[in-house]
Amino acid sequence: MEKIVEVKNLELSFHTFAGEVKAIQGVNFEVFKGETLAIVGESGSGKSVTTKSIMRLLPKSSTEYKKGEILFGGKDLLKISESEMQKVRGKDISMIFQDPMTSLNPTMTIGKQIMEPLLKHQKLSKSDAWNKSIELLALVGMPQPEMRMKQYPHQFSGGQRQRIVIAVALACNPKLLIADEPTTALDVTIQAQILELMKDLQKKIDTSIIFITHDLGVVANVADRVAVMYGGRIVEVGTVDEIFYNPQHPYTWGLLSSMPSLDAGEEKLYAIPGTPPDLLAPPKGDAFALRSEYAMKIDMEQVPPLFKVSDTHYAATWLLHPDAPQVDPPAAVIERMKRFPGSRYHVGIAGGDR
Amino acid sequence: MAEKLLEIKNLKQYFNVGKKNEVRAVDDITFDIYKGETLGIVGESGCGKSTTGRTIIRLYDATGGEVIYDGIDVHAKKTKTELKAFNRKMQMIFQDPYASLNPRMKVLDIIAEGLDIHGLVKNTKERTARVHELLETVGLNREHANRYPHEFSGGQRQRLGIARALAVEPEFIIADEPISALDVSIQAQVVNLLKELQEERGLTYLFIAHDLSMVKYISDRIGVMHFGKLVEIGPAETLYTAPLHPYTQSLLSAIPLPDPDYERNRVRKSYNPTSHNYREDEEVTMREVTPGHFVLCSQREFDSFPK
Repeated sequence: MEKIVEVKNLELSFHTFAGEVKAIQGVNFEVFKGETLAIVGESGSGKSVTTKSIMRLLPKSSTEYKKGEILFGGKDLLKISESEMQKVRGKDISMIFQDPMTSLNPTMTIGKQIMEPLLKHQKLSKSDAWNKSIELLALVGMPQPEMRMKQYPHQFSGGQRQRIVIAVALACNPKLLIADEPTTALDVTIQAQILELMKDLQKKIDTSIIFITHDLGVVANVADRVAVMYGGRIVEVGTVDEIFYNPQHPYTWGLLSSMPSLDAGEEKLYAIPGTPPDLLAPPKGDAFALRSEYAMKIDMEQVPPLFKVSDTHYAATWLLHPDAPQVDPPAAVIERMKRFPGSRYHVGIAGGDR
Repeated sequence: MAEKLLEIKNLKQYFNVGKKNEVRAVDDITFDIYKGETLGIVGESGCGKSTTGRTIIRLYDATGGEVIYDGIDVHAKKTKTELKAFNRKMQMIFQDPYASLNPRMKVLDIIAEGLDIHGLVKNTKERTARVHELLETVGLNREHANRYPHEFSGGQRQRLGIARALAVEPEFIIADEPISALDVSIQAQVVNLLKELQEERGLTYLFIAHDLSMVKYISDRIGVMHFGKLVEIGPAETLYTAPLHPYTQSLLSAIPLPDPDYERNRVRKSYNPTSHNYREDEEVTMREVTPGHFVLCSQREFDSFPK
């Protein structure tokens, strides 16, 4: 499969008054053509920073790219000039932000805002751009697009604004669309509509999507592959089925078991103890070790590498080391693993190898 | 059935009454809250769920209807002492832990504010001791008392909000989206804390939220609101397994679950308010379908529901 973007060994720090914040500490992933990669993690795990570095949207004054490269269309996006980058932004890679209230300009009609990338990147004439914009608005499901073109953002509801933002993002048929929590600010019913719209449009224009969210329900809905981030690193990556039905990292276990399920009446909710690590002084070894009941001595000393589980599935936990003791994940996770052929709890294997 | 703590009768909260832009945020809703239970209220933004909570605690004066707490009407005329006594029984936890704590006050003073107002402590020593105790109850350290709100994370701030609400030993707590602003792993911590406190102190909660899976987990009963009206209320389990109102069904079908197999097959229902086809002469009210399960419907719809 064709790789659209490849992030290689990215390391990035912010310089603040409090000191150096090691926001990203060696992140590797790639996005294939036409797929949706979901990045999940808590606030501060580095998921937004990773994608903003692909778009080069981080403040120059405080950001230091320490290592790594971001390969897109044969070029390293970290090396090209700002004017070259401007040709990429909004054309080859575009972005949808979390808050549709603040990502549209309140003083411009939405018609103007949708036309902007068309005029700039595709060099269309004004009347062509106008007509194309009406098409785009219709494409994202806006009723009466001609009339709506002349209206201002405040005349639209949250869900409609997010549709407009999507129209702007898709104006130039980008190869890669980065959606940073695009539905977090929306109600569930509107969220469902927007997710359906995005999936539908993805099929139509064959774009790749990086979808950032902390809602595992949304991930299960949209993703082909999932990367779980914690403390500035990717701790587990795999296909959506591998992450949900055969998770290997204790943090993924914690995330999956701290969501209440709609059908079970469990007494107490599993809560991951403690708080996310302070990246001003990242802990030595596995950043999750301090919150993990599965932590071993080596977790406190050395950062675990990504161990291979399958061709598509990798997890950074010492538990996967051949010498590690075999441990049982939380009960809720075992329930999930029973459904996954190839996991050691799969019901078909008659009790597994234990 | 348990004892009623709160009866809400035909509560109405209109804004801009008599003007062109009149908003009927809460439009004639009636329900009871029983002692020691958690009642969840769900609905989309703008459906009036927060306004309901705020009107119950008298942050707004009701346009019409009654809120009866332990036999006394909350919105009736009251003397200052009566009002003070009532304020002590009912407390609120707010959604945004960043906006609901005064940034210029120390944690000690934030939590002790209620203690001071109600004269619950005799001297500074007792005051400090009580605050320390409260901080430990919500899982923080006593050293935190001398810090300012900005020194805390979102989850910790929400714990401070809970400690502040608990300070005056209330019986009833209104939690208005207490976990919406928190990370997934922290949400579970706060929800567990709320549950523990309820068991220890026999608290009654009104839990307002839009995250339906968390509401199902914490609530004994759930009410669903749509455009200022309560459309369905019933035991949490019944509401999720056998929702009757089409709006509830559409809301439930929109929730994405962390289960890819389920997601591939989920069929979303959409709700169209005109689908009811109510006739002019039909009376649309809350009707009890099974014990404790009420649905806003017409007699015709009521007859069609499976019993």
